[in-house]
Amino acid sequence: MSTPGAPAAALTRAAAADDGAGSTPAAGALDAVRLALLRDLKLAFRKRGQLVQPLAFFALVTMLFPLAVSPELSRLREIAPGVIWVAALLASLLALEFLFRDDAYDGTLEQYALSGQSLTWLVFAKTAAHWLLTGLPLALMAPLAALSLGAPSASLPGIVGSVAVGSVALSLIGSIGAALTLGMKRSGALLSLLTLPLSLPVLIFGARATQLAISGGPLLAPLELLGALAVLGVTLAPLAAAAAVRVSLE
Amino acid sequence: MLDERLEVENLHLWRGERHVLRGVHFALGRGGCLEVTGPNGSGKTSLLRTLCALIYPEEGRVLWKGENVRRELPAFHAALAYLGHEPPLKADLSARENLRYWIGIRRRVAAAELDAALERVGGSSWCDRLVRTLSAGQRRRVALAGLALLVVPLWILDEPTTNLDTEGQQLVGSLIAEQLSRGGLVIAAVHQSLPPAVRDVRRLELSP
Repeated sequence: MSTPGAPAAALTRAAAADDGAGSTPAAGALDAVRLALLRDLKLAFRKRGQLVQPLAFFALVTMLFPLAVSPELSRLREIAPGVIWVAALLASLLALEFLFRDDAYDGTLEQYALSGQSLTWLVFAKTAAHWLLTGLPLALMAPLAALSLGAPSASLPGIVGSVAVGSVALSLIGSIGAALTLGMKRSGALLSLLTLPLSLPVLIFGARATQLAISGGPLLAPLELLGALAVLGVTLAPLAAAAAVRVSLE
Repeated sequence: MLDERLEVENLHLWRGERHVLRGVHFALGRGGCLEVTGPNGSGKTSLLRTLCALIYPEEGRVLWKGENVRRELPAFHAALAYLGHEPPLKADLSARENLRYWIGIRRRVAAAELDAALERVGGSSWCDRLVRTLSAGQRRRVALAGLALLVVPLWILDEPTTNLDTEGQQLVGSLIAEQLSRGGLVIAAVHQSLPPAVRDVRRLELSP
């Protein structure tokens, strides 16, 4: 049997230095966040089906409206903000169920909670990965939907901006709902019931910003409000979600 | 300078209507090994999870270095490695990637260290395969490699020899023996008993 070279050396090192605060050389909070984020991104690209689902849903729903309502561009332009935002909200919700689910099953969440690192930061990393994998792609796909709904091309930067900022808030609000429903078998319906009412402000200001972008009005005010919601989410949501995750591990 | 020492005082735990832990009491110092036995459903896993501070007991407390673990949870968890029933591995990552993320979140780990640990558990030939293609015993070995890499004083293990062949069980025995000789503490829930390489084991029997 081979002898443990490096680990044994590390073990004695740690044993010698362990009278203080745990094992050395410990990873900093930033290392932990970076690794948790990278892990989720790598996993998502290994399971591409799950990644594509919400995006395909968003594209399909927004494409259905010209078929169902009327191909007349002036009428489509009127409903475009609402359609884009409701579709984005539901698409983001679709991906939410998987935010903590797999990690809860395979014991990863347990190891996160016992890592000695801040669970809040690790939950934040997971939420950030969720946004990178759904919110950001949705924002990048929004112009496609907007164009098919008759929006002028001058409005596209405003639409991308509003969806990008608004979806940050959506991911964060959603992380609380996803964490709270962790203990349940079929949580989809409850998750929507919990998350949708909380998402209303994002929907309202997001649709307003999109509407102003299409009509060529000043959209800074609703964008700023979306930004404020996102900042509020960044500061509070990871704390709440981490607390809910801890409860689910009991 | 406080000694590493785990004390458990009068632990009572209820799960729903059942009084699972009824006044569990023990203390374990450096180099101490405790084997927790009892039939299925006697609360072995509940006890281990309570020691990890994952579950709040109804009564009693757990002390690490003389202080209630609830007061300095991150510091206690930094000193603790817990292995549950299932190895905490991602099916869609390779064994090596799993270790890199799992361990890397807690401490900086060099690639050479990872290689050495994987070789130690006999995984050199399969450590780059996705975990979903590994057998249950191989997964358990990956978890053991992670345990050794965490380099912490307190190990809490739930059925560490499950799914392992004879050689794998000997590996568990030598890993635990090394941890003890280093002054570490080991608490393990087991069905039969720990491999013979581990000596001076104390036993805590839980009744159903």
